[in-house]
Amino acid sequence: MKNYTDETVRMIAEKARIMRRDIVQMIYTAGSGHPGGSLSATDIIASLYFHVMRHRPQEPNWPDRDRFVLSKGHAAPALYAALAESGYFPVEELLNLRKIGHMLQGHPSMKTTPGVDMSTGSLGQGLSAAIGMALAGRMDRKDYMVYAILGDGEIEEGQIWEAAMFAAHYKVDNLVAFLDKNGLQIDGPTDAVMCSEPLADKWIAFGWHVIEIDGHDIPQILDAIAEAKAIKEKPVMIIAHTVKGKGVSFMENVVGFHGKAPNDEQYRQAIREIGLGEIGVMK
Amino acid sequence: MKWEMAAPRDKYAETLISLAKEGKDIVVLDADLSSSTRTARFGKEFPERFFNAGIAEQNMMGVAAGLATTGKTVFASTFAVFATGRAYDQIRQSVAHPRLNVKIVATHAGITVGGDGASHQIIEDIALMTALPGMTVISPVDIHETEKAVRELADMDGPAYMRLSRSAMPVVTDENAPFEIGKGSVLRKGDDVSIIATGIMVSRAIEAAEELKEKGISASVVNISTIKPIDRPLIVSEAKRTGAVVTAEEHNVIGGLGYAVASVISEEYPVPVKMVGIEDTFGESGSPGELLEKYGLTAAHIMVAAEDALRMKR
Ligand SMILES: Cc1ncc(C[n+]2csc(CCOP(=O)(O)OP(=O)(O)O)c2C)c(N)n1
Ligand SMILES: [Mg+2]
Repeated sequence: MKNYTDETVRMIAEKARIMRRDIVQMIYTAGSGHPGGSLSATDIIASLYFHVMRHRPQEPNWPDRDRFVLSKGHAAPALYAALAESGYFPVEELLNLRKIGHMLQGHPSMKTTPGVDMSTGSLGQGLSAAIGMALAGRMDRKDYMVYAILGDGEIEEGQIWEAAMFAAHYKVDNLVAFLDKNGLQIDGPTDAVMCSEPLADKWIAFGWHVIEIDGHDIPQILDAIAEAKAIKEKPVMIIAHTVKGKGVSFMENVVGFHGKAPNDEQYRQAIREIGLGEIGVMK
Repeated sequence: MKWEMAAPRDKYAETLISLAKEGKDIVVLDADLSSSTRTARFGKEFPERFFNAGIAEQNMMGVAAGLATTGKTVFASTFAVFATGRAYDQIRQSVAHPRLNVKIVATHAGITVGGDGASHQIIEDIALMTALPGMTVISPVDIHETEKAVRELADMDGPAYMRLSRSAMPVVTDENAPFEIGKGSVLRKGDDVSIIATGIMVSRAIEAAEELKEKGISASVVNISTIKPIDRPLIVSEAKRTGAVVTAEEHNVIGGLGYAVASVISEEYPVPVKMVGIEDTFGESGSPGELLEKYGLTAAHIMVAAEDALRMKR
């Protein structure tokens, strides 16, 4: 059952486009950061922040809010873009990413940035924290949901599988996790560095309900979340097939853009491709 | 000396149960050692507030952190070696840096673990935990301090680590003695040398002071149960009064109480400091008594150190 309109899909797609512009510009301005994994997760994060999640940008610590844990914390620029575009802080603040004395840390820091629900950056840890938040919601009889995004390299960490067991054992069903399956990590393709296939089978074997989607197709993202929320007594993993660097032609599927800022020329081309101008200099 | 002996881990579980009965919003986690840490007793009384994470300490710390983000106070327990060693990065990244209300209460710290041997005898947990910014580190001396510390931990904001022994410990404080995190206490007042000790070594320090008295040496005994933040004024006042200091701990001499005391003294009032502790070596299997003897953690060792410190005194 479709619980959104075509207009909603168009709105989310537009927000995602704005976020991509923000991501490229903030990383270029900072001179460092992780564009590839930020761009692959953008459509999922846009769907969450601009349609799915119940949250109050004016009241970041609202106890009944849905939570979001960016377990693959290096994609912080995507989260920061969603937070800024939601109104947690001014969009101009994005240009202070990674600068001393400013709120946007290289990796998410919950005590530094309004709207960040969990500090992450050391891979493999966010899923556990998301489970803790979900357990607390259940204990307190609150109906909030917890969303998390994991990288397909990140899941090589043993703690992920400890968390996988735990969530299934305790039937944590107010948690929806996404696996950003962009096929790349730092040293190369995940299949070459450390193959984790068959991935869906692994999560199923660990007791999770698994849904596979195209992580850039907004209706598929929304439908999967709706399906996930209806699943009871089981945690849900949405395996999202994505393209690392999505939306910037020369970054797509390029391992080298995992953690590298574009140079001047690349930056101009990326901004041209996205076609929205720059922050502060709108087109 | 004959001491009344009692196990802090029993008191830990008992206190947790009291806190929950009093309506404190606490959650307790363990990693398949709940029968040893005694948190199983809490789990039995409050099953909805207890989660066994299985043999997965890293995930346990992360789940604790997530629970704490919602305003709950979380006690996470397992053996000290697994809590601080196996899950160090999880404590650093998910608990300490975000300053979450997770209280890591670990049992089986130090060599008095005994027969299990070096793999289970952590002697560097104080070093690891005190090095984390914002981490409170407590090493209570007996059951009474354990109870008071657990209560204070439940009320204080921010992350903390508390180390408990496997063995029963001599009861050296009074049930009604005041206790405050960050404050040490002078158990014996002396004029010639100050013995500053923590945990199980406090009772040995008292024994050493008794014997030193026979030799005409008047020794202070100071119990430091909060290793961080350390009681600077008390340490400085001892250094000023006696002019010679001995530290004693069931921990590596590197990075423990001795280092903390020496740093305060060297910065504020330099006097000789001799350290009694494990001399940068791993332990081995044996009975607690044999191990304490072999690794230099007895009243006799403290006496030798006190006499050395006195000789260095100018
Ligand atoms: C524990 C830990 N080890 C190593 C790193 C360094 N690191 C940062 S990103 C990354 C690769 C992540 O790959 P993946 O999870 O696939 O992320 P994505 O492709 O979505 O960027 C690594 C190894 C880290 N942040 N944390
Ligand atoms: Mg990847």
